[in-house]
Amino acid sequence: MNLLNYTLKYLAFALFGIISVWAVIFYVNMLDEVYDSLDDGLDNYKLLIIEKAHQDSSTLTRTEFAEGNYEIREISEKSALQMKDVHKDTLMYMQFEEDLEPVRILTTAFKRDDRYYELKVISSMVEEDDLIEDLFYSLIWLYIAMLASILIVNNFLLKKVWKPFYTLLDQLKNFRLGKNQTIGPVDTDVKEFKVLNDSVISLINHTLEIYNSQKQFIENASHEIQTPIAISINRLELLAEKSEMTESGLETVGQVIQHLERLKRLNKSLLLLSKIENRQFEETEEININQVINDLKEEFTDFADFKDVIISIYEKGQLKVIMQKDLASVLISNLLKNAIVHNHTSGNVDIEIGEGYFKIINSGSTVALDENKIFRRFFKESADKNNTGLGLAIVKAIADRYGFKMQYLFDGRHGFEINLKS
Amino acid sequence: MKLLIIEDEQDLREVIQQSLEMEKFLVETAIDYKSALDKIISFDYDCILLDIMLPGGNGLDLLQELKNLDKSENVIIISAKDSLDDKLKGLNLGADDYLTKPFHIAELTARVKSVLRRKSFHGKNIIEAGNVKLDPEERTLFINENPLLLNRKEFDILTYMLVNKNRLVNKTSLAEHVWGDHMDEADDYEFIYSQIKNLRKKLKDNQATVEIHAVYGIGYKLVQG
Repeated sequence: MNLLNYTLKYLAFALFGIISVWAVIFYVNMLDEVYDSLDDGLDNYKLLIIEKAHQDSSTLTRTEFAEGNYEIREISEKSALQMKDVHKDTLMYMQFEEDLEPVRILTTAFKRDDRYYELKVISSMVEEDDLIEDLFYSLIWLYIAMLASILIVNNFLLKKVWKPFYTLLDQLKNFRLGKNQTIGPVDTDVKEFKVLNDSVISLINHTLEIYNSQKQFIENASHEIQTPIAISINRLELLAEKSEMTESGLETVGQVIQHLERLKRLNKSLLLLSKIENRQFEETEEININQVINDLKEEFTDFADFKDVIISIYEKGQLKVIMQKDLASVLISNLLKNAIVHNHTSGNVDIEIGEGYFKIINSGSTVALDENKIFRRFFKESADKNNTGLGLAIVKAIADRYGFKMQYLFDGRHGFEINLKS
Repeated sequence: MKLLIIEDEQDLREVIQQSLEMEKFLVETAIDYKSALDKIISFDYDCILLDIMLPGGNGLDLLQELKNLDKSENVIIISAKDSLDDKLKGLNLGADDYLTKPFHIAELTARVKSVLRRKSFHGKNIIEAGNVKLDPEERTLFINENPLLLNRKEFDILTYMLVNKNRLVNKTSLAEHVWGDHMDEADDYEFIYSQIKNLRKKLKDNQATVEIHAVYGIGYKLVQG
């Protein structure tokens, strides 16, 4: 439920309550006023009739309402003296309506020539049920009209007023760190929105700044680490070449070199990863994926032979994509390398190239990998020391960079499908 | 053979110098733009290793200077920047090769020797060790004047090992040189061993006077017996 309808929902309830209460009060007040006015009329009429009766005694013989609106009846003195003016509602048959209709009746007594008479004066009255019905319908219409107008006002005016808010919301919704986006200022005169906008922009800028400097830091750090590692390896190699080295000393040097090589690989992967994320591979060209895959298969032949793994390529179509050349080979070689490394002896790797996609499927462990974890940095299934845990993270970074969709499939064999048509 | 290393980073300069001196080269060094300029104007070198980022100036300007002096052949650029732009500029200014830091010393040695071979043999490019003669351009191998056929990888391994004769060659360096950059992380390069084994057998069967030894945990060494 959006903000506009949300407020409308509460307004609808509130209005319903207010109008209902108001209707009751209004009805009671109006009826009170009507009775008051009727009773005043009846009182006035009473005086007129009594006056008339003093002048014209024939008036006293009107004992039926008939076409008139009063009747006079002679009564005993005793009952006349007890009588007070009484206004009350009663029902009377109305010829016009062919029904009993409510009337207001004033019962009073007066004295003329020492004789006592009872006078009843009637006045036709509001039909309460009709009044209530009329009132009810007008209020329903009023209610609907108010809701409709609020809805219209909401939609036109409030929508316009809230537009900067929704613009900001849209931008925030589409915002992703590391996608090189910025949040633009929105044009508004509303103070709260201005403050909100300014706060969001400064927050985002601050975050971006930290994010970028962190990325830059990783890149710089990796870059700076490269040379000392390389020099250390070089110096150890020179040391190992010196003839005074003993067998066990040589072994130790070898182990240190191995660790440094591992560190170098790790660092190289990190550097590559941050370069991809820092978008330092901008030149693109049309890459023939079939060609890249065939070339890489060739490159990996010795390694695959050593691991006793057979690589087969099924070309169902020609796959071309615009991207950076090195990243294309890194993307595919990392997947291919994984498929060979995490395979078992006399296993196989099947590569399928089709319209807009390619799949690399390999035999290996019989347990599916956790799809949510495998693309994370430094995630390792095995304790293999040669595995940096960055291979798939790099694949993912490249896929994200170009908007490729990547999927892990498992049906007893492990597969990665890369969809190049985003 | 006289070489000049123009490199401001002391450690790297020392390592290159030591390693090239083990190859019996006469090695001189320059640590900044000005001293480098002095040296290239005053002396002739068989090969110059040139860093691009130098205190006091750009290596590419030195290259331009060398070109003006008509001495720009036999320059290998060593740069920390993996920049295609610099590479193209350098090669256009007459540099022979471009090597991105960090590199394996064995790789550098191979490049230096390749440059020197081209210079000394007037393009005739033959590597000799004992009774082994290898032509990297024609991709032919003769042992005792008898031709021997190797597969592509074996040939590349032998070439690299011959160029780095008597030197310890790190297996990472060998793998990167022969199989390319994508082979890193690949199971500790155990797969290299099977290729080396085949190569050894072929050399032995043909009475070659060179042998490839494994140096535990580090790599391999080609020695002339």
